[in-house]
Formats: sequence, structure tokens, C-alpha cells
Amino acid sequence: MPAYPERLQALLDVFAGVTDTHERTQLLIDFARRFKEVPPDVATRPFDETHLVKHCESEAYAWAVPNPDGTLKLHFAVENPSGVSAKALAAILDKALSGLPAADIATVDPEIVEKLFRQNISMGKGMGLMSMVLMVQALAKRHL
Amino acid sequence: MTAIADRGYRHPDRLVSTDWVAAHTGDPNVRIIESNEDTLLYATGHVPGAVHVDWTSDLNDQLRRDYIEREGFQALMARIGVTPDTTVVFYGDKNNWWACYAFWVFQLFGHTKAHVMDGGRLKWQKEGRGWSTDTPAYPPTAYTAPARDDARHRILRDEVLQFQKSGGQFVDVRSPEEYAGTRMHMPEYPNEGAIRGGHIPGAKSVPWARAINPDDGTFRSAAELTALYVDQNGLDGASDIVAYCRIGERSSHTWFALTYLLGFEKVRNYDGSWTEWGNLVGVPIEK
Repeated sequence: MPAYPERLQALLDVFAGVTDTHERTQLLIDFARRFKEVPPDVATRPFDETHLVKHCESEAYAWAVPNPDGTLKLHFAVENPSGVSAKALAAILDKALSGLPAADIATVDPEIVEKLFRQNISMGKGMGLMSMVLMVQALAKRHL
Repeated sequence: MTAIADRGYRHPDRLVSTDWVAAHTGDPNVRIIESNEDTLLYATGHVPGAVHVDWTSDLNDQLRRDYIEREGFQALMARIGVTPDTTVVFYGDKNNWWACYAFWVFQLFGHTKAHVMDGGRLKWQKEGRGWSTDTPAYPPTAYTAPARDDARHRILRDEVLQFQKSGGQFVDVRSPEEYAGTRMHMPEYPNEGAIRGGHIPGAKSVPWARAINPDDGTFRSAAELTALYVDQNGLDGASDIVAYCRIGERSSHTWFALTYLLGFEKVRNYDGSWTEWGNLVGVPIEK
């Protein structure tokens, strides 16, 4: 059992307590609605291809920008307007991990996707979402 | 885009327009069904009155790699309030990719009163039509379905092997990279869940989305589809054709276009597709 950063673990605990499919869907959609796109001072279109999340059909991009205190702030863009799941995961990763040191963010593994989405996932989409986590992990490792 | 009736399709009635759907949202004889890749999408807003059918949890057997059997289909029909006389209309995201997949599964049970809304979510959205977040509830129905019949629209592994050996026509609807097998070699890229990359020998590469006008998700005209499948890729509509992709979802979209829009009569979908062929021991592969 990986030791996740405290904020992420708290979120995973909330999701673990939601067994009703409809409630889980609504919870994920609430996160998607709170998604904020990467600000122009970090990145503008056309986005740098090195920030593109591979195998994500929603054409998601991710950035990890150092804060003055040495922690990281995560940013995302999701080009597919129907990419609700990608937006939900981006908002969750931002809420749970932004403001943490790179070493903590680098511990996050793709297993959290299953914990968050459960039945709201398909094979192809699952791989795309897991790739988003891997991208965040890789970005964090660059700052170690 | 020209009206559906003016595009030269062999079976134009299989497509319905967004106007038609908008005029039938309250029709008790019509059930509008949304099927998406992103299972969260329906809950964010859907065509008023539409029900959600999820290809993973509703259409697939949850234990074996197969589709639901008669009992599962009957239970699904009861849940969404459909009788054998109900006209069902599918639509969804990704240019109706998943809508066509659901449509195809319904055909395995012989529910022929089935249509696809041309353009899917994209066109409905672009036309500024409203979305509803209300989840409708319809009185459960008693639906007596026949046993699932795979013979007409589906082809399974052993038959695919024979078909390949006999030089049958395949259309590979995956991306050019998947067809070429190069995607297997990209670092950090999740592969197709297959041991080998490439394609079934002799298969023509026609990515599924080429059948679509990307601006509004509508199907291309019969003349354009003929140019694509027949003139450019040499498919013979009078002979058997097998379409495949990764798990049979994208290829159900091509199956729909070939079967109903061009009127090819012997098109089958190989849902085992590359996740089966690319893992089978000893079968031939081309790169």
C-alpha cells in the first residue's frame, strides 16, 4: 500500500466512502466543473508537445511549475470539451498535490485512477487517465 | 451538410437528423439512447429524455470477454423502458463511435427499429440545442428477446482465421501508427494490450474517422464514402468484408457506414480485434 501525500489520501478516503455509482459520478463531475485551465503566463496555445499526455484521447497537457518555496504547482489543459473525466482528474491532482514538494508528488502512482473512478472507467480511457498521473510523476521527478 | 435523404445512402433511414430527434424527445414510441466513451458525460447533460447505456457495464458480460446474453439484454431493455416495438435512436460523443457500437450490439439481438442521430453530441451542441441533467425514468417493460445471433454481424476468432487464409477482405480502422505497428515501440506509450504490433495480412488501412465530417460529426456522403472505401482502397462491397480495430468499437462505426450507408451486405465486425489477434500464438501478422 503506497503512502500517499496526506491531502491525496484524504480525497481517496472520501471516494472510498462513496459506493453509489450516481453519487460518485456527481462527485467527479463537481471536480470537472472546478477545473481551471493553465494560465497564459505558464503556457499558451499551441501548447508545447512535450507537455502532451500520451494516450489521453482528451488531448490533455500537464505542467509542474516551481513555487518560490520550492514546492510545485500543477497546471493542466484539456482540449477536448467533452473530456469530463480528464478535467475531473486534473482538478483532483491539482487540489491534492499542488503545493507539495516534488519528492512527494513523485510518489503518486496510476493506481489512484481506479480508486477515484472505479466503474466510471473504460479500458481506453483508463489508460489515458493513468498516463496523466504518469506525466505528473515524470514532471515532478524532473524537479528532484 | 446536405440533408440525409440527399446524400445517396443505400439505407438513409438508418440515420436521423438532430431536427428529427428534437421533434421526438417526448415521443413514447421513441427511446433516445446516449452512449459515450466518457461515462461521466451523460450526467453533465444529455438530450432531454435520453437514457444512458454504457458499453462497459451495460453491454458487456462482466465475467467473460463477450457481450450480454438474452437475459442481460432483456433486463437492459426493461431498465430503459424499451419494447420490441420501440424505435431506438443512438447518439454520443466521439462522432458517434460508441453510439454505433451500442447500435451494433442491439443488432445482435435483432432490434432493427434502430437509428443513429447524425452528428451525435457534437452537432447537437453546435446547433445550440439544450442539454438536460434530469435523469428520466420510464416504466419497466417486459421485453422478450431472441437469443443473441452473432452470425450476421459478428465474426469470431476461428472464422477470422479461415477468412484470412482464404484471402478475405479486411479493413483495419485503427490509426496508421497502430496499423503499422510502430505504436508498440513508442516509449512510455501504453500499448494495445497485445504482444505484437501490426495488422492482419492484407488488411486495408482506413481509419474510422475518415467516414466523418470533422466539423459537425456527420457522416460523409455516399459518393465520398465510395471514393474512400472502394476507389482508394479497393474494397468490394459484393464480397465479405471484416472490419476490426482494437476491441471492435471503432470498427462498429465503419461497419455501420459500410452496411447501411453504402449498402454492403456482408460486413462483419471482428470484436476480438487486435487485442485478440495480436496475442494469438502463431497467427500471421504484417507490418
